[in-house]
Amino acid sequence: MMLIDCPYCGERAQAEFTYERTLDSIVSLDMPVEEVLARLFSRANPRGEDRELWRHTFGCRQWLVLRRHRRTHAIAAVDPYAPDDPE
Amino acid sequence: MTAPRRIADGATDSLRFTFDGRAMTARPGDTLAAALLANGVSLVARSFKYHRPRGIMAAGVEEPNALVTVGEGGRTEPNTRATDVFVYDGLVARSQNAWPSLNFDMGAMNGMLARFLPAGFYYKTFFGPASRWMLYERFIRRAAGLGKAPVDRDPDHFEHRAAFCDVLVVGGGPAGIQVARDAAASGGRVILVEQDALLGGSALRDGIAVPDPVQAGVRMMLRTTASGNWDHGFVTLVERIAEPGQQPPAGMPAQRLWHVRAKRIVLATGAIERPLTFAGNDRPGVMLASAVRAYIRRHGVLAGQRVVIATNNDDAYRTADAAREAGGTVVAILDSRPEPPAAEHPTFADAVPLAAHGGRGGVTAITARVGATTRRFDADVVAMSGGFTPVVHLHSQAGGTLGWREDIQAFVPEGGPEWIESVGSAVGEVEPIAPASAELPDPKHSFIDFQNDVAASDVDLAWREGYRSVEHLKRYTTLGMATDQGKTSNMAGLARLATSAGVTIPQAGLTTFRPPYTPLTLGAMAGADGGGHAAPRRRIALHDVHEARAALWQPLGLWHRPRAYPQIGETLHDAALREARAVRTIAGLTDVSTLAKFAVHGPDAARLLEMVCATGIAKLAVGRGRYTFMLREDGMVLDDGTVWRLDENGYLLTSSTGGADRMEAHLSYVHRVLAPTLRVSVVAQQEHYAGIALAGPRAAAILADLTGIEPPAHMGLARAKVAGVPALILAASYSGERAFELYAAGHDAAPIWGAIEDKVRAAGGFPYGLEALEFLRIEKGHVVIGAEADGRTTPHDLGLERMLRKAGGFVGAQALARPALAAPDRRRLVGLVSSEQIPEGAMLVANHGATVEGHVTSAGPRLLESGGAALALLAGGMAREGETLLATSPTRDRHVRVTVTAPVFHDPDGARYRD
Amino acid sequence: MKRYSAMALLRAGLTGQRGWERAWRDPEPKPHYEVIVIGGGGHGLSTAYYLAKVHGVRSVAVLERGWIGGGNTGRNTTIVRSNYRQKPLHDLFDFALGLWEGMSDALNYNVMFSPRGALFLGHSDADMTQLAQRGDALRCSGIDAELMTPDAVHRLVPLLDMSPDARFPIHGGLIQRRGGTARHDAVAWGYARAADAQGVDVIQNCEVTGLVMAGGRVTGVETTRGTIGAGRVGICVAGNSGPVAAMAGLKLPIEAQTLQAFVTEPVKPMIDTVVMSQSLHCYISQSDKGGIVLGGDPDQFPSYAQRGLPIRLEKAAAEAIALVPALSRLRMVRCWSGTTDMSFDGSPIISALPVDGLYLNGGWCYGGFKATPGSGWCYAHLLATGESHPLAAPFSFDRFATGATIDEAGVGFMPQLR
Repeated sequence: MMLIDCPYCGERAQAEFTYERTLDSIVSLDMPVEEVLARLFSRANPRGEDRELWRHTFGCRQWLVLRRHRRTHAIAAVDPYAPDDPE
Repeated sequence: MTAPRRIADGATDSLRFTFDGRAMTARPGDTLAAALLANGVSLVARSFKYHRPRGIMAAGVEEPNALVTVGEGGRTEPNTRATDVFVYDGLVARSQNAWPSLNFDMGAMNGMLARFLPAGFYYKTFFGPASRWMLYERFIRRAAGLGKAPVDRDPDHFEHRAAFCDVLVVGGGPAGIQVARDAAASGGRVILVEQDALLGGSALRDGIAVPDPVQAGVRMMLRTTASGNWDHGFVTLVERIAEPGQQPPAGMPAQRLWHVRAKRIVLATGAIERPLTFAGNDRPGVMLASAVRAYIRRHGVLAGQRVVIATNNDDAYRTADAAREAGGTVVAILDSRPEPPAAEHPTFADAVPLAAHGGRGGVTAITARVGATTRRFDADVVAMSGGFTPVVHLHSQAGGTLGWREDIQAFVPEGGPEWIESVGSAVGEVEPIAPASAELPDPKHSFIDFQNDVAASDVDLAWREGYRSVEHLKRYTTLGMATDQGKTSNMAGLARLATSAGVTIPQAGLTTFRPPYTPLTLGAMAGADGGGHAAPRRRIALHDVHEARAALWQPLGLWHRPRAYPQIGETLHDAALREARAVRTIAGLTDVSTLAKFAVHGPDAARLLEMVCATGIAKLAVGRGRYTFMLREDGMVLDDGTVWRLDENGYLLTSSTGGADRMEAHLSYVHRVLAPTLRVSVVAQQEHYAGIALAGPRAAAILADLTGIEPPAHMGLARAKVAGVPALILAASYSGERAFELYAAGHDAAPIWGAIEDKVRAAGGFPYGLEALEFLRIEKGHVVIGAEADGRTTPHDLGLERMLRKAGGFVGAQALARPALAAPDRRRLVGLVSSEQIPEGAMLVANHGATVEGHVTSAGPRLLESGGAALALLAGGMAREGETLLATSPTRDRHVRVTVTAPVFHDPDGARYRD
Repeated sequence: MKRYSAMALLRAGLTGQRGWERAWRDPEPKPHYEVIVIGGGGHGLSTAYYLAKVHGVRSVAVLERGWIGGGNTGRNTTIVRSNYRQKPLHDLFDFALGLWEGMSDALNYNVMFSPRGALFLGHSDADMTQLAQRGDALRCSGIDAELMTPDAVHRLVPLLDMSPDARFPIHGGLIQRRGGTARHDAVAWGYARAADAQGVDVIQNCEVTGLVMAGGRVTGVETTRGTIGAGRVGICVAGNSGPVAAMAGLKLPIEAQTLQAFVTEPVKPMIDTVVMSQSLHCYISQSDKGGIVLGGDPDQFPSYAQRGLPIRLEKAAAEAIALVPALSRLRMVRCWSGTTDMSFDGSPIISALPVDGLYLNGGWCYGGFKATPGSGWCYAHLLATGESHPLAAPFSFDRFATGATIDEAGVGFMPQLR
């Protein structure tokens, strides 16, 4: 049970949050079909760090970007989601 | 042998308990193990495989042998370690895994066959068909298991609690108390947990007083075990309020599970003494030296008059001292080291135990190699010490790594998360030892894992057969997999493996430590969520109204909705038919409160809705609504509902009950992630409003009568008061009749229901439930999320493609272009009619035995004529119109001829929506 | 291979169990194999066995990073069944079930496959209709499925809470009598021993660190024990597919996620059948040793930690007690975590990859154990012939791009919703 430092609420238990997807699998509505399919249906799925979109669903309901290590669960950063985030 | 006994000290027994029906007495503070020893009981249990007689070996949670069943009825706790239950007045304990009795156990036959039943023997035999294996397996299953599980419901309750602290100290021995007091002194919130009922840890057996942590400001939790160490300082504790089998104080739970979040965790978990490996080391009376001392010092019980100590370190000498102080005779100290320390006891250097002798009742003598000779010593108790293993479980669970210490022949914490630290004997502050000798004349009877009867010969066999990884060894021999999870056996197993391999112990490896540290009741894990609370029940605003009308309830996710309102003597089906027919011919009212509702407001409200909905939104006029559906990003239908334009910049979106949370997240995702610049707010209002649908040919007249306004046209809306309560009226129909949905604040809605119901009943109609609603919508051909829209269907599959916005720009539009979604043989929505009821869920085939071409998604009766109607997904869809197929349900033995039709059976033109 | 039998065991008993040979050799890697299978779990080992046994391909190495059977093969709840609703799934899994039925004899290793029935409980009429639909689909494919009344369910599992006001009232069930459990470790060991006897090299402690490419084709693997050449390379590392595919520059429709299970202290027989639920993610069975094995919800976020969320275990315990109240006083003795290879439609991938010579068997989500023999059979066919076995053809890598997905749960491409 990780501890996630919500930029809006402070440190909260993981149970309040839901994982949505990796940042690189966000699909905008004007992307060409090939890119949409590639983004929706493939993941780097690293045994290390990735950038993930989470939501503080049972808290402030804001969307957050976690830089998180998938083997150690170490969270390097939690930031508010910003649409122009470089992937 | 001489039975164990209480050392005369003037104190008296005030507690009564029974063991196998025999009444005995105990003193407050006695563990069951101490009390049994004090009562002269040395045979306590039988082992798992060979049913060997077993006594008490340890004085703590690491006990592998003395497992008993404690308690009665629904409080029965099998497999309770006698060393880990404190005697309370009336405690009932029974031996287990023995038949007909502990003394004369038929299962001991297995022991005679032991030569044919080595580790993993079952992998090499019992071949033939599975049925034959199952025959053998029946006997194996009966012989396996230890205690018997209770049959009755647990009469007690459990609960979960949460706590937060700066420092969590695990272990109330000298090291833990010191750390806790220091941390509290520097102002932190400190919790100290101790699994025992007393503080002191190793100090208890040495009779040393410890300072009081509470006085220093520490929050102390006794009888509380840290069972799991998870991510980021999250620790689960289990607190025993009642002992196993004991009735908790009134109103109190039997146990509590604590979720603790600590900034820092200090593990002062101590060390566990290891047994020595020699023949008969499992006999009753062969005990850990530290345990013999603990029973003397803490409980005033001398486990046997004539004591032989077998050791490879200095700690056991303290046991010799304690035994002599208690009036026992130290027959010999067998020390494997060439130069033992000076002691006032008969001490033998270079002395290694070879075999313990005795019978069921326990050990009577021990043979040892002393130098170059073999000697035999009489003994009532053998106190052995193979050194101490630091308890690194919690360190390891959280991802900590371990390092090897040659001097203590054990692993100690090394690296790991920075918020975790270990102290005291848990980091290896224990007596150095002489490494175990490899000499083992009788490996078959030299036990390593006592509870699972894994002997040294089993480890050797696994090695010979190539099960050489430590994990293979464990899984092949079951070493370390008993209820003690190898607390006393893992190191001996590793040592034996390393000897076979000719490598060092760290090269041999180590198995992983997994929660829980000690076994944890499922009741405590479940907490208050066990049984009836395993999932919440969501009640609709008008729950009591329906309850008063004797509604049959139907679960829908967590919600419970009225299914029908049967009259006396009426079946569910008949009631639903009556209700549905009333809607077709007169009027009815139903509760639609659980529909998801979203208020979407702002200058860009329509733009957001056009991203979410696959249908046209922008052209919707103020005061009008329309059907809509939404897609997942992969193009499949996600949900459907209606969208209403309340004013220039305000919309109400409804969608399915079960999808409410998913739709809330979806709307938020589209808005906040895909289009954060849109000026719009979305408020989820599912529970805010009660919804009542009024439907039927008389619905408009009833509404006019109740509100005094002209009812809105189909898909129009109005606001009016009903029974004095303001309501939003949406002229939407799910039933296929002229209908209105009235929404009002949940707590105000009962009068509206009452007023409508009076009018409906006066007109000859009824309230109707989900079952009638289902009949009505099937006849009208409305698809339902979860039935027709099963998450695998596109708008094309459901005949909705004409409603798709051609320009795209909505979620899911791009993925709809995938080629397989346009394949001609995709299953698409059709209607089915038959002269009889069509079984819901049946498969569609041309004839018996033919390939399945589709399935019935929903089925119901025709309401005003005979026969059945159904919606189905059929390969090829409406191209098959007019074909006759078989709807076959082999599991229900129902097979019905059906004809493929359009998926609408009632008023295809919608004429009935018009007044 | 020295054959196992009751007689052999008796004879060995008289000679101190000295005569047994190693179950499988410990060979040094050769410079080149016709086929390399990456991953020494049940799937990889059965693939190697069938490559040799069925296709006569004996130049085969199974490369295992640690010890065989140490991944998800040894971290599941050992349930074997084939009663999926979707036809491509139940056809594949039922083929596997057929192989389970003869596995102990075929391998001469008792894997303790015990068809004690796999029962799904229904908690409402809607559940029962869903179960009937599933059962009908199965029966039309010739697979056994039987609806049960509440009374029949009660007779089979007397400790279930049958009261009408239970939180999850029991309206009946659907049973697959041929379903059951098996001994998971024995499956890996049995296949390893049988494959070894066919000449397959089972190589442990040999981690693949890279792929050797030549002319756009995979020609071998780099390992911690040197470079090994291969005609074809089959990835078979469910739970770790992403990092291995990344060695070929590929991204997969797979995300790793943790699934936990736990077992109680052993007790005398109390639950004789595998009990699952149509609307709860809760499964209960009792092992031969007597422990009640329970599983629950996946963790719903990507992870390789093999360390799960305690609240998932707690929920599984709550649901299990709601179904079987007598479980309340049993104690969890151990929990464990597997890293599941969550594919984006919930179904496996047994397919060629867009790199010549490279193949993938993965994406088994939380249901791979029961498929072990069928998975190996089909993958061996693919690796031996270069063509998909007909049963595996629907499970292609490109089905996500084409839209021909096989989504049993109907929840779409987000693994955490599954």
